[in-house]
Amino acid sequence: MIAVKKLVKRFGLKTVLRGVDFDVQPGEFVALLGPNGAGKTTFLRILASLSRPSLGEVNIAGYKLPHEAAQVRARLGVVSHLPLLYGDLTAEENLQFYARMYNLPNYELRITEVLEMVGLVARRRDLVRTFSRGMQQRLAIGRAVLHDPDVILFDEPYTGLDQDASAMLDDVLKAVAAQGRTVVMTSHDLARAEDLATRFDVLSRGVISASASRKELKRTNLLAFYKQALAG
Amino acid sequence: MADRTTSRGSFLKAVAAVVWKDVRAEFRSRELFSAMLVFSLLIILIFNFALELDLKTRQSVTAGVLWSTFAFAGTLGLNRSMAIEKDRGCLDGLLLAPVDRSAIYFGKVISNLAFMLIVELIVLPIYSLLYSVNLFQPGLLLVILLGSIGYAGVGTLLATMSVQTRTRDILLPILLFPVVIPVLLAAVKASSGVLGGADWEEILLPLNLLIAYDVIFIAVAFMVFENVVEE
Repeated sequence: MIAVKKLVKRFGLKTVLRGVDFDVQPGEFVALLGPNGAGKTTFLRILASLSRPSLGEVNIAGYKLPHEAAQVRARLGVVSHLPLLYGDLTAEENLQFYARMYNLPNYELRITEVLEMVGLVARRRDLVRTFSRGMQQRLAIGRAVLHDPDVILFDEPYTGLDQDASAMLDDVLKAVAAQGRTVVMTSHDLARAEDLATRFDVLSRGVISASASRKELKRTNLLAFYKQALAG
Repeated sequence: MADRTTSRGSFLKAVAAVVWKDVRAEFRSRELFSAMLVFSLLIILIFNFALELDLKTRQSVTAGVLWSTFAFAGTLGLNRSMAIEKDRGCLDGLLLAPVDRSAIYFGKVISNLAFMLIVELIVLPIYSLLYSVNLFQPGLLLVILLGSIGYAGVGTLLATMSVQTRTRDILLPILLFPVVIPVLLAAVKASSGVLGGADWEEILLPLNLLIAYDVIFIAVAFMVFENVVEE
Protein backbone atom coordinates (compact mmCIF):
# COMPACT_ATOMS: atom_id res chain seq x y z
CA MET A 1 0.00 0.00 0.00
CA ILE A 2 2.92 2.34 0.80
CA ALA A 3 6.31 1.91 -0.88
CA VAL A 4 9.13 4.37 -0.21
CA LYS A 5 12.59 3.94 -1.76
CA LYS A 6 15.77 5.86 -0.95
CA LEU A 7 13.84 8.93 0.22
CA VAL A 8 15.99 11.99 0.88
CA LYS A 9 14.70 15.33 2.20
CA ARG A 10 16.88 18.39 2.51
CA PHE A 11 16.03 21.83 3.93
CA GLY A 12 18.81 24.04 2.56
CA LEU A 13 22.09 22.51 3.71
CA LYS A 14 20.43 20.34 6.36
CA THR A 15 19.57 16.77 5.36
CA VAL A 16 16.70 15.47 7.49
CA LEU A 17 15.98 12.15 5.74
CA ARG A 18 19.00 10.27 4.37
CA GLY A 19 17.62 7.48 2.18
CA VAL A 20 14.55 6.06 3.92
CA ASP A 21 13.21 2.69 2.69
CA PHE A 22 9.75 1.94 4.02
CA ASP A 23 7.07 -0.56 2.91
CA VAL A 24 3.63 -1.04 4.41
CA GLN A 25 1.23 -3.84 3.42
CA PRO A 26 -2.55 -3.24 3.21
CA GLY A 27 -4.18 -3.44 6.67
CA GLU A 28 -0.92 -3.03 8.60
CA PHE A 29 -0.74 -0.63 11.57
CA VAL A 30 2.81 0.69 11.73
CA ALA A 31 4.09 2.70 14.69
CA LEU A 32 6.93 4.98 13.60
CA LEU A 33 9.07 5.69 16.63
CA GLY A 34 12.07 7.92 17.11
CA PRO A 35 13.53 10.75 19.16
CA ASN A 36 12.62 14.43 18.65
CA GLY A 37 14.16 15.78 15.47
CA ALA A 38 14.54 12.35 13.87
CA GLY A 39 12.40 13.45 10.90
CA LYS A 40 9.15 11.59 11.69
CA THR A 41 6.88 14.57 11.01
CA THR A 42 8.84 15.50 7.86
CA PHE A 43 8.46 11.89 6.65
CA LEU A 44 4.71 11.88 7.30
CA ARG A 45 4.31 15.28 5.59
CA ILE A 46 5.97 13.84 2.48
CA LEU A 47 3.63 10.82 2.55
CA ALA A 48 0.71 13.28 2.90
CA SER A 49 1.95 15.26 -0.17
CA LEU A 50 2.36 18.38 1.98
CA SER A 51 6.10 18.39 1.33
CA ARG A 52 8.10 17.38 -1.76
CA PRO A 53 10.85 14.79 -1.51
CA SER A 54 14.33 16.02 -2.56
CA LEU A 55 15.21 12.57 -3.94
CA GLY A 56 13.72 9.08 -3.96
CA GLU A 57 10.43 7.40 -4.82
CA VAL A 58 7.14 7.43 -2.95
CA ASN A 59 4.18 5.27 -4.05
CA ILE A 60 0.87 5.20 -2.18
CA ALA A 61 -2.07 3.02 -3.25
CA GLY A 62 -0.41 2.61 -6.66
CA TYR A 63 0.04 6.34 -7.27
CA LYS A 64 3.36 8.13 -7.45
CA LEU A 65 4.21 11.29 -5.49
CA PRO A 66 4.47 14.16 -6.24
CA HIS A 67 3.07 13.73 -9.80
CA GLU A 68 -0.18 11.99 -8.82
CA ALA A 69 -0.66 13.85 -5.55
CA ALA A 70 -4.39 14.54 -6.02
CA GLN A 71 -5.12 10.80 -6.49
CA VAL A 72 -3.03 10.00 -3.41
CA ARG A 73 -4.81 12.64 -1.31
CA ALA A 74 -8.22 11.16 -2.25
CA ARG A 75 -7.13 7.87 -0.60
CA LEU A 76 -5.43 9.42 2.40
CA GLY A 77 -6.56 10.69 5.80
CA VAL A 78 -4.26 12.70 8.07
CA VAL A 79 -4.50 13.43 11.80
CA SER A 80 -1.80 15.59 13.37
CA HIS A 81 -1.38 17.18 16.80
CA LEU A 82 -3.24 20.19 15.36
CA PRO A 83 -6.95 19.56 14.69
CA LEU A 84 -7.12 21.14 11.17
CA LEU A 85 -10.60 22.40 12.10
CA TYR A 86 -12.15 25.88 12.08
CA GLY A 87 -13.03 27.19 15.55
CA ASP A 88 -15.79 29.47 14.28
CA LEU A 89 -17.64 26.65 12.52
CA THR A 90 -19.70 23.96 14.25
CA ALA A 91 -18.58 20.32 14.22
CA GLU A 92 -21.16 19.59 11.54
CA GLU A 93 -20.18 22.61 9.41
CA ASN A 94 -16.52 21.60 9.56
CA LEU A 95 -17.40 18.14 8.24
CA GLN A 96 -19.73 19.65 5.61
CA PHE A 97 -16.88 21.86 4.43
CA TYR A 98 -14.45 18.94 4.10
CA ALA A 99 -17.12 16.78 2.44
CA ARG A 100 -17.46 19.49 -0.24
CA MET A 101 -13.70 19.76 -0.63
CA TYR A 102 -13.58 15.97 -1.17
CA ASN A 103 -16.58 16.20 -3.54
CA LEU A 104 -18.54 13.56 -1.57
CA PRO A 105 -22.08 12.86 -2.84
CA ASN A 106 -24.97 12.81 -0.30
CA TYR A 107 -22.62 13.57 2.56
CA GLU A 108 -25.20 14.32 5.29
CA LEU A 109 -25.69 10.63 6.11
CA ARG A 110 -21.93 10.03 6.15
CA ILE A 111 -21.43 13.01 8.50
CA THR A 112 -23.93 11.54 10.97
CA GLU A 113 -22.16 8.14 10.78
CA VAL A 114 -18.78 9.75 11.46
CA LEU A 115 -20.11 11.87 14.35
CA GLU A 116 -21.60 8.72 15.89
CA MET A 117 -18.27 6.92 15.53
CA VAL A 118 -16.37 9.67 17.36
CA GLY A 119 -19.16 10.19 19.93
CA LEU A 120 -19.99 13.80 19.05
CA VAL A 121 -23.55 13.58 17.68
CA ALA A 122 -24.95 15.51 20.65
CA ARG A 123 -22.41 18.32 20.09
CA ARG A 124 -22.77 18.51 16.28
CA ARG A 125 -24.17 22.06 16.35
CA ASP A 126 -21.62 23.44 18.82
CA LEU A 127 -18.71 25.62 17.73
CA VAL A 128 -15.40 23.76 17.62
CA ARG A 129 -13.70 26.52 19.64
CA THR A 130 -15.88 25.50 22.61
CA PHE A 131 -14.62 21.88 22.43
CA SER A 132 -12.02 20.43 24.78
CA ARG A 133 -8.71 19.31 23.27
CA GLY A 134 -9.85 15.67 23.40
CA MET A 135 -13.12 16.42 21.62
CA GLN A 136 -11.28 18.40 18.94
CA GLN A 137 -8.94 15.46 18.39
CA ARG A 138 -11.87 13.03 18.08
CA LEU A 139 -13.51 15.33 15.55
CA ALA A 140 -10.16 15.58 13.73
CA ILE A 141 -10.23 11.80 13.35
CA GLY A 142 -13.80 12.08 12.06
CA ARG A 143 -12.57 14.62 9.51
CA ALA A 144 -9.75 12.30 8.45
CA VAL A 145 -12.01 9.26 7.86
CA LEU A 146 -14.94 11.21 6.35
CA HIS A 147 -14.03 10.23 2.77
CA ASP A 148 -13.33 6.60 3.81
CA PRO A 149 -9.59 6.62 3.00
CA ASP A 150 -7.49 3.46 2.50
CA VAL A 151 -4.50 4.92 4.36
CA ILE A 152 -4.48 7.00 7.56
CA LEU A 153 -1.46 8.89 8.88
CA PHE A 154 -1.41 9.87 12.57
CA ASP A 155 1.27 12.35 13.67
CA GLU A 156 1.54 12.38 17.47
CA PRO A 157 -2.26 12.17 17.95
CA TYR A 158 -1.96 12.00 21.77
CA THR A 159 -0.12 15.33 22.18
CA GLY A 160 -1.79 17.48 24.85
CA LEU A 161 -4.46 14.93 25.82
CA ASP A 162 -5.19 13.93 29.43
CA GLN A 163 -5.60 10.27 30.51
CA ASP A 164 -9.35 10.13 29.89
CA ALA A 165 -9.12 11.79 26.50
CA SER A 166 -6.22 9.48 25.54
CA ALA A 167 -8.22 6.40 26.53
CA MET A 168 -11.16 7.62 24.47
CA LEU A 169 -8.85 8.27 21.52
CA ASP A 170 -7.53 4.69 21.87
CA ASP A 171 -11.05 3.36 21.26
CA VAL A 172 -11.52 5.60 18.21
CA LEU A 173 -8.12 4.59 16.78
CA LYS A 174 -8.92 0.90 17.29
CA ALA A 175 -12.28 1.39 15.54
CA VAL A 176 -10.53 3.11 12.62
CA ALA A 177 -7.87 0.36 12.34
CA ALA A 178 -10.45 -2.43 12.72
CA GLN A 179 -12.01 -1.41 9.42
CA GLY A 180 -9.00 -2.81 7.54
CA ARG A 181 -7.32 0.51 6.88
CA THR A 182 -3.56 0.88 6.57
CA VAL A 183 -2.29 3.07 9.39
CA VAL A 184 1.05 4.78 10.03
CA MET A 185 1.35 6.51 13.40
CA THR A 186 4.22 8.47 14.93
CA SER A 187 4.24 8.55 18.71
CA HIS A 188 6.46 8.99 21.75
CA ASP A 189 3.98 7.01 23.85
CA LEU A 190 5.52 3.51 23.61
CA ALA A 191 2.85 1.84 25.77
CA ARG A 192 0.04 3.06 23.49
CA ALA A 193 2.01 2.24 20.34
CA GLU A 194 2.61 -1.29 21.68
CA ASP A 195 -1.09 -1.71 22.36
CA LEU A 196 -2.25 -0.53 18.92
CA ALA A 197 0.37 -1.31 16.25
CA THR A 198 1.17 -4.52 14.39
CA ARG A 199 4.66 -3.35 13.39
CA PHE A 200 7.23 -1.03 14.94
CA ASP A 201 9.80 0.95 12.93
CA VAL A 202 12.42 3.22 14.45
CA LEU A 203 13.47 6.33 12.53
CA SER A 204 16.81 7.57 13.74
CA ARG A 205 19.45 9.83 12.18
CA GLY A 206 17.37 10.11 9.00
CA VAL A 207 16.97 6.38 8.24
CA ILE A 208 14.82 3.47 9.45
CA SER A 209 17.31 1.91 11.83
CA ALA A 210 15.19 -1.04 13.01
CA SER A 211 11.89 -2.74 12.27
CA ALA A 212 10.01 -5.51 14.09
CA SER A 213 6.55 -7.03 13.91
CA ARG A 214 4.41 -7.63 16.99
CA LYS A 215 5.22 -11.37 16.74
CA GLU A 216 8.96 -10.70 16.67
CA LEU A 217 8.66 -8.53 19.74
CA LYS A 218 7.17 -11.30 21.87
CA ARG A 219 10.54 -12.26 23.31
CA THR A 220 11.43 -8.70 24.33
CA ASN A 221 9.42 -5.56 25.11
CA LEU A 222 9.07 -2.46 22.93
CA LEU A 223 11.15 -0.24 25.22
CA ALA A 224 14.15 -2.61 25.06
CA PHE A 225 13.80 -2.89 21.26
CA TYR A 226 13.57 0.91 20.95
CA LYS A 227 16.62 1.56 23.13
CA GLN A 228 18.61 -1.07 21.22
CA ALA A 229 17.61 0.49 17.88
CA LEU A 230 18.74 3.96 19.01
CA ALA A 231 22.01 2.63 20.45
CA GLY A 232 22.86 0.75 17.25
CA MET B 1 -14.23 14.74 -21.94
CA ALA B 2 -16.38 13.47 -19.04
CA ASP B 3 -13.29 13.44 -16.82
CA ARG B 4 -12.51 17.04 -17.67
CA THR B 5 -16.11 18.09 -16.89
CA THR B 6 -16.03 16.22 -13.54
CA SER B 7 -12.68 17.75 -12.68
CA ARG B 8 -13.96 21.24 -13.57
CA GLY B 9 -17.07 20.55 -11.47
CA SER B 10 -15.04 19.51 -8.42
CA PHE B 11 -12.74 22.53 -8.92
CA LEU B 12 -15.69 24.93 -8.86
CA LYS B 13 -17.25 23.07 -5.91
CA ALA B 14 -13.98 23.43 -3.98
CA VAL B 15 -13.81 27.17 -4.79
CA ALA B 16 -17.42 27.56 -3.60
CA ALA B 17 -16.70 25.50 -0.44
CA VAL B 18 -13.78 27.76 0.55
CA VAL B 19 -15.89 30.89 0.01
CA TRP B 20 -18.83 29.36 1.96
CA LYS B 21 -16.54 28.44 4.84
CA ASP B 22 -14.92 31.90 5.01
CA VAL B 23 -18.22 33.78 4.85
CA ARG B 24 -19.85 31.49 7.43
CA ALA B 25 -16.95 31.77 9.90
CA GLU B 26 -16.68 35.54 9.40
CA PHE B 27 -20.43 36.01 9.79
CA ARG B 28 -20.06 34.43 13.23
CA SER B 29 -16.83 36.03 14.49
CA ARG B 30 -16.83 39.35 12.55
CA GLU B 31 -13.13 39.62 13.51
CA LEU B 32 -11.74 40.38 10.08
CA PHE B 33 -14.58 42.63 8.96
CA SER B 34 -14.74 44.75 12.10
CA ALA B 35 -10.94 45.19 12.20
CA MET B 36 -10.87 46.34 8.56
CA LEU B 37 -13.85 48.66 8.96
CA VAL B 38 -12.70 50.34 12.17
CA PHE B 39 -9.18 50.76 10.79
CA SER B 40 -10.53 52.29 7.54
CA LEU B 41 -12.70 54.77 9.43
CA LEU B 42 -9.80 55.74 11.67
CA ILE B 43 -7.55 56.42 8.66
CA ILE B 44 -10.23 58.57 7.04
CA LEU B 45 -10.71 60.53 10.26
CA ILE B 46 -6.96 61.04 10.68
CA PHE B 47 -6.66 62.31 7.11
CA ASN B 48 -9.70 64.52 7.72
CA PHE B 49 -7.99 66.22 10.66
CA ALA B 50 -4.53 66.22 9.10
CA LEU B 51 -5.63 67.77 5.81
CA GLU B 52 -7.46 70.88 6.89
CA LEU B 53 -7.80 72.05 3.34
CA ASP B 54 -10.29 73.96 1.27
CA LEU B 55 -13.01 72.07 -0.57
CA LYS B 56 -11.19 72.10 -3.93
CA THR B 57 -7.97 70.69 -2.50
CA ARG B 58 -9.91 68.06 -0.55
CA GLN B 59 -11.49 66.87 -3.78
CA SER B 60 -8.10 66.68 -5.47
CA VAL B 61 -6.63 64.41 -2.75
CA THR B 62 -9.67 62.10 -2.58
CA ALA B 63 -8.25 59.36 -4.82
CA GLY B 64 -4.99 59.19 -2.87
CA VAL B 65 -6.68 59.15 0.54
CA LEU B 66 -9.19 56.51 -0.58
CA TRP B 67 -6.61 54.11 -1.99
CA SER B 68 -4.27 54.59 0.99
CA THR B 69 -7.20 53.66 3.23
CA PHE B 70 -8.11 50.58 1.17
CA ALA B 71 -4.48 49.44 0.95
CA PHE B 72 -3.75 49.73 4.69
CA ALA B 73 -7.07 48.19 5.77
CA GLY B 74 -6.63 45.48 3.12
CA THR B 75 -3.40 44.21 4.69
CA LEU B 76 -5.20 43.76 8.02
CA GLY B 77 -7.89 41.69 6.31
CA LEU B 78 -5.42 39.59 4.31
CA ASN B 79 -3.27 38.89 7.37
CA ARG B 80 -6.27 37.84 9.45
CA SER B 81 -7.75 35.76 6.64
CA MET B 82 -4.58 33.64 6.33
CA ALA B 83 -3.85 33.60 10.09
CA ILE B 84 -7.20 31.79 10.54
CA GLU B 85 -5.94 29.13 8.13
CA LYS B 86 -2.65 28.73 9.98
CA ASP B 87 -3.82 28.82 13.62
CA ARG B 88 -5.21 25.28 13.94
CA GLY B 89 -3.29 23.84 10.99
CA CYS B 90 -6.29 24.43 8.72
CA LEU B 91 -4.07 25.33 5.75
CA ASP B 92 -2.79 21.73 5.83
CA GLY B 93 -6.42 20.57 5.93
CA LEU B 94 -7.11 22.56 2.74
CA LEU B 95 -3.94 21.29 1.05
CA LEU B 96 -4.89 17.67 1.83
CA ALA B 97 -8.07 17.95 -0.26
CA PRO B 98 -7.83 16.08 -3.59
CA VAL B 99 -8.39 19.17 -5.73
CA ASP B 100 -6.15 21.40 -7.80
CA ARG B 101 -4.62 23.72 -5.21
CA SER B 102 -5.39 26.77 -7.28
CA ALA B 103 -9.05 26.18 -6.24
CA ILE B 104 -7.98 27.11 -2.70
CA TYR B 105 -6.29 30.26 -4.04
CA PHE B 106 -9.35 31.36 -6.01
CA GLY B 107 -11.66 30.61 -3.08
CA LYS B 108 -9.54 32.75 -0.76
CA VAL B 109 -9.27 35.56 -3.35
CA ILE B 110 -13.07 35.66 -3.78
CA SER B 111 -13.75 35.79 -0.03
CA ASN B 112 -11.00 38.37 0.61
CA LEU B 113 -12.32 40.46 -2.27
CA ALA B 114 -15.90 40.21 -0.94
CA PHE B 115 -14.83 41.42 2.53
CA MET B 116 -12.82 44.28 0.99
CA LEU B 117 -15.73 45.38 -1.22
CA ILE B 118 -18.20 45.35 1.68
CA VAL B 119 -15.86 47.52 3.78
CA GLU B 120 -15.32 49.87 0.80
CA LEU B 121 -19.07 50.20 0.26
CA ILE B 122 -19.47 51.29 3.90
CA VAL B 123 -16.47 53.62 3.78
CA LEU B 124 -17.59 55.46 0.61
CA PRO B 125 -20.71 57.21 2.01
CA ILE B 126 -18.88 58.15 5.22
CA TYR B 127 -16.04 59.60 3.18
CA SER B 128 -18.56 61.47 1.01
CA LEU B 129 -20.07 63.06 4.11
CA LEU B 130 -16.75 64.01 5.72
CA TYR B 131 -15.10 65.36 2.58
CA SER B 132 -18.22 66.66 0.74
CA VAL B 133 -17.43 64.65 -2.38
CA ASN B 134 -19.88 62.51 -4.34
CA LEU B 135 -18.18 59.13 -4.65
CA PHE B 136 -21.16 57.17 -5.96
CA GLN B 137 -20.23 57.42 -9.62
CA PRO B 138 -20.36 54.28 -11.81
CA GLY B 139 -16.87 55.00 -13.21
CA LEU B 140 -15.33 55.21 -9.73
CA LEU B 141 -17.13 52.06 -8.57
CA LEU B 142 -15.68 50.22 -11.60
CA VAL B 143 -12.16 51.46 -10.76
CA ILE B 144 -12.58 50.41 -7.12
CA LEU B 145 -13.75 46.95 -8.23
CA LEU B 146 -10.80 46.48 -10.62
CA GLY B 147 -8.26 47.85 -8.13
CA SER B 148 -9.61 45.61 -5.37
CA ILE B 149 -9.43 42.53 -7.63
CA GLY B 150 -5.73 43.19 -8.30
CA TYR B 151 -5.02 43.93 -4.64
CA ALA B 152 -6.82 40.81 -3.37
CA GLY B 153 -5.27 38.68 -6.13
CA VAL B 154 -1.65 39.49 -5.37
CA GLY B 155 -2.32 40.03 -1.64
CA THR B 156 -3.77 36.54 -1.14
CA LEU B 157 -0.68 34.95 -2.72
CA LEU B 158 1.75 37.01 -0.63
CA ALA B 159 -0.30 36.51 2.55
CA THR B 160 -0.07 32.75 1.95
CA MET B 161 3.71 33.10 1.75
CA SER B 162 4.11 35.43 4.74
CA VAL B 163 1.78 33.47 7.04
CA GLN B 164 4.25 30.58 6.98
CA THR B 165 6.98 32.72 8.54
CA ARG B 166 7.50 33.77 12.17
CA THR B 167 7.23 37.47 11.29
CA ARG B 168 3.96 37.10 9.39
CA ASP B 169 2.29 40.29 10.72
CA ILE B 170 5.07 42.62 9.63
CA LEU B 171 6.22 40.73 6.56
CA LEU B 172 3.02 41.05 4.52
CA PRO B 173 3.01 44.86 4.07
CA ILE B 174 6.76 44.81 3.36
CA LEU B 175 6.24 42.22 0.60
CA LEU B 176 2.89 43.47 -0.65
CA PHE B 177 3.25 47.23 -1.04
CA PRO B 178 6.21 47.23 -3.48
CA VAL B 179 4.52 44.57 -5.63
CA VAL B 180 1.08 46.19 -5.62
CA ILE B 181 2.35 49.71 -6.46
CA PRO B 182 1.47 49.39 -10.20
CA VAL B 183 -2.13 48.50 -9.26
CA LEU B 184 -2.37 51.37 -6.77
CA LEU B 185 -0.84 53.89 -9.19
CA ALA B 186 -3.22 52.93 -11.99
CA ALA B 187 -6.17 52.92 -9.57
CA VAL B 188 -5.31 56.39 -8.17
CA LYS B 189 -4.80 57.79 -11.66
CA ALA B 190 -8.11 56.37 -12.94
CA SER B 191 -9.98 57.45 -9.77
CA SER B 192 -8.61 61.01 -10.04
CA GLY B 193 -9.68 61.10 -13.68
CA VAL B 194 -13.23 59.99 -12.88
CA LEU B 195 -13.59 62.37 -9.91
CA GLY B 196 -12.05 65.29 -11.83
CA GLY B 197 -14.49 64.79 -14.72
CA ALA B 198 -11.77 63.91 -17.24
CA ASP B 199 -12.62 62.51 -20.70
CA TRP B 200 -13.00 58.74 -21.00
CA GLU B 201 -10.05 58.67 -23.41
CA GLU B 202 -7.87 60.01 -20.61
CA ILE B 203 -9.24 57.52 -18.07
CA LEU B 204 -9.03 54.58 -20.47
CA LEU B 205 -5.22 54.27 -20.29
CA PRO B 206 -4.97 53.73 -16.48
CA LEU B 207 -8.14 51.62 -16.62
CA ASN B 208 -6.62 49.33 -19.28
CA LEU B 209 -3.41 49.15 -17.25
CA LEU B 210 -5.46 48.14 -14.22
CA ILE B 211 -7.16 45.35 -16.17
CA ALA B 212 -3.77 44.20 -17.52
CA TYR B 213 -2.23 44.14 -14.02
CA ASP B 214 -5.24 42.19 -12.67
CA VAL B 215 -4.88 39.56 -15.38
CA ILE B 216 -1.08 39.31 -15.04
CA PHE B 217 -1.07 39.14 -11.22
CA ILE B 218 -3.83 36.55 -11.03
CA ALA B 219 -2.27 34.43 -13.83
CA VAL B 220 1.13 34.47 -12.08
CA ALA B 221 -0.44 33.65 -8.70
CA PHE B 222 -2.42 30.78 -10.31
CA MET B 223 0.83 29.34 -11.71
CA VAL B 224 2.98 29.64 -8.58
CA PHE B 225 0.46 29.00 -5.77
CA GLU B 226 1.16 25.25 -5.57
CA ASN B 227 4.91 25.90 -5.17
CA VAL B 228 4.28 28.57 -2.53
CA VAL B 229 2.21 26.32 -0.29
CA GLU B 230 4.26 23.13 -0.67
CA GLU B 231 7.46 22.75 1.38
